[in-house]
Amino acid sequence: MLNSPIDPIPLQAYLTLASLLFCIGVWGLINSRNAVRVLMSIELMLNAVNINLMAFSSFLDGDLIRGQVFAVFVITVAAAEAAVGLAILLSLYRNMITVDMESFNLLRW
Amino acid sequence: MTIAASTELICFLILGAVVVLGSIGVVLLTNIVYSAFLLGGVFMAVAGLYLLLNASFVAAAQVLVYVGAVNVLILFAIMLVNKKEELKPIKGLQLRKILSGAICLGLLSLLIRVDFTTPWNLPGPKAIGEDATERIGEHLFTDYLLPFELASVLLLMAMIGAIVLARRDVLIQDLDTEKAIDLPIIENGKEPLLIDKTSP
Repeated sequence: MLNSPIDPIPLQAYLTLASLLFCIGVWGLINSRNAVRVLMSIELMLNAVNINLMAFSSFLDGDLIRGQVFAVFVITVAAAEAAVGLAILLSLYRNMITVDMESFNLLRW
Repeated sequence: MTIAASTELICFLILGAVVVLGSIGVVLLTNIVYSAFLLGGVFMAVAGLYLLLNASFVAAAQVLVYVGAVNVLILFAIMLVNKKEELKPIKGLQLRKILSGAICLGLLSLLIRVDFTTPWNLPGPKAIGEDATERIGEHLFTDYLLPFELASVLLLMAMIGAIVLARRDVLIQDLDTEKAIDLPIIENGKEPLLIDKTSP
């Protein structure tokens, strides 16, 4: 906000962008066959949620920018998730010699 | 419309286009290396959106953590497991893609409807602007102190867990046989445990 009397970008624009990003992430999560791409889709979804948090923090929260603090925590958890997820992926690849999601059916009855 | 406002609008449109097109590319491109680099572009564009929202600290954290750490980690993982493999064709894959696409479009329309019909409490209180970094620091060391400390414990756990999960057992073998084992990073010569040997 550049202290303009009328906001050039409404809150809804940010929310719509975040919705688009989230839905693309969900589609990629369901349809990817490469396990690394699944992790990338999860990162996309986390980023969409972060955009939402930041937009609410800037438009509705005023002095208490709680959304930004939450976004910092989400970034922390996302980094931890990426590290552990990729380690699991490496271990899985070492034992199965593939990264195809359709062949990871060890837990099926 | 002032020149500042129109500049902000143009920046938002460009960043939004980069985010949406880049994420579609991440999901749809067949070459996973291109996907990873596009993912870095999407992260940078999201950091630009944070700058538009007057959140310089979180934008810097986004660039450092996502582009500098997560994206590099993903690239390393791609290089470690980058084996050309022919994916087995699966019955009904096309139908599955179309169905999930329809469901995602439905979810999208639902979310956009919520975005536009909810009566947001606008205009809210005045945004804090440049003091955001100091305020985040105050929050982290007063009322969000416990989540902050828990986050450090979580990062330690993730680090140890990642090391334990991704470690090779070469060292133990080395001590047993007292032989230098010169093996590639991933294929450690050990029989893969989980491959289904019954199927032809």
